[in-house]
Amino acid sequence: MIVIVDYGLGNLGSVLNMLKKVRAEAVVSSDPAVICEASKLILPGVGSFDSGMRNLGNRGLIPVLEERVLRHGTPILGLCLGMQLFTKRSEEGEIPGLGWIDAETVRFNFDSATEKLRVPHMGWNTVEIVRAHGIYKDMFEEPRFYFVHSYHVKSSDPSIVLTTTRFGYDFTSSVAKENVVGVQFHPEKSHKYGMKVLKNFAEVL
Amino acid sequence: MRTRVIPCLLLKGLGLVKTIKFRDPTYVGDPINAVRIFNDKEVDELIFLDIDATVAGRAPNYDLIARIASECFMPLGYGGGIRSTDDIKRILGIGVEKVVLNSAAVHNPELVKAASDLFGSQSIVVSVDVKKTLLSGYGVYIHGGRVNAKLDPVRHAVKMAAMGAGEIFLNSIDRDGTMKGYDVGLIREVAGNVSVPVIACGGAGKVGDFADAVSKGGASAVSAGSIFVFHGKNRAVLINYPTQADLARYIP
Repeated sequence: MIVIVDYGLGNLGSVLNMLKKVRAEAVVSSDPAVICEASKLILPGVGSFDSGMRNLGNRGLIPVLEERVLRHGTPILGLCLGMQLFTKRSEEGEIPGLGWIDAETVRFNFDSATEKLRVPHMGWNTVEIVRAHGIYKDMFEEPRFYFVHSYHVKSSDPSIVLTTTRFGYDFTSSVAKENVVGVQFHPEKSHKYGMKVLKNFAEVL
Repeated sequence: MRTRVIPCLLLKGLGLVKTIKFRDPTYVGDPINAVRIFNDKEVDELIFLDIDATVAGRAPNYDLIARIASECFMPLGYGGGIRSTDDIKRILGIGVEKVVLNSAAVHNPELVKAASDLFGSQSIVVSVDVKKTLLSGYGVYIHGGRVNAKLDPVRHAVKMAAMGAGEIFLNSIDRDGTMKGYDVGLIREVAGNVSVPVIACGGAGKVGDFADAVSKGGASAVSAGSIFVFHGKNRAVLINYPTQADLARYIP
């Protein structure tokens, strides 16, 4: 059973809809007892870094998530803000992140890029797979996904980078470190490409 | 990144309708069926606007919205009859990514700020319906184009962006349903003055019009109704959307 963590942010309905469509068993929950029983977890998220960390803290979810993810090895997929929360810190906020990956979250900065673009990065963009991973198994040609974000993850450890995407410059659009996987885009809003990612998370990982 | 091309579908009761210059709504089909077709065609995004709700003084049809959302595997925006942050919270919770505020944003600009603070500016789109006025150029109209809000479109759009709107949906009432091309001058005026993305709507008749709205008007995204719902000079109803190849070829 996949548990979509409800911490008050993120389009839980859409994620659940797509999981239903790919025939994965899933529920939405903010109850630590339910989270403990999950075979896999999804951490969605739309909004600011600090409200994400604050909401996780206020609902008492950090200890149970750390127990399941770091000690028990439960696979977890972070979506958009969800992935950013896995990092150590964000330029967007003041509260530290979960620190599960050796990376930080930074604002798009076009000072040294050839084109100065408007932020947020909003719309459909392509990803280049730089490291093969189960979530991209049997992915369609020229995969594209829906992005909407003003901050992106910057990793100090290149081995965790799965895909890069170009917006002014190449930035990291998905990461994986053991059982912790994160995607900057919204698979639940990315048609068949997103469906493949969620289906792979449900069946392959 | 290719410019987003967004069908804008109008709801009247339980049916989809199309208007010309915001008048004479004619029935074009079932919304759920339309969503399924657009989904299959891998449309970039969809926007549904309930053109009756505010005028009739009623709330959004949450049940219908939920059914539409459950069929949408791309971003979905909804507008029509939204008046409070509670309405917005409810709509965002059922699988809709963005709410579109129109009359409410004019009556109560503070709502835009409150909603943006609570839900993030990326969820809040302010729609600005514009008609040419006899004396002074362009004016903002609300309540389905019936009431002159006595606002300058550029000033209103700038204010809405400052209040936290993530995008401005700029609709030309005069071009609506005519398929004679966008009002590129209007788009340029607004897009040139606001710092947030402008979605241009009203008048698209061919794929080349999308390119004009972007390269000549500065729109960040394009929206349209008739071109995706009608086919041929007799305006036979046919839900359609360009192929990815055509979009890549013609849209910047």
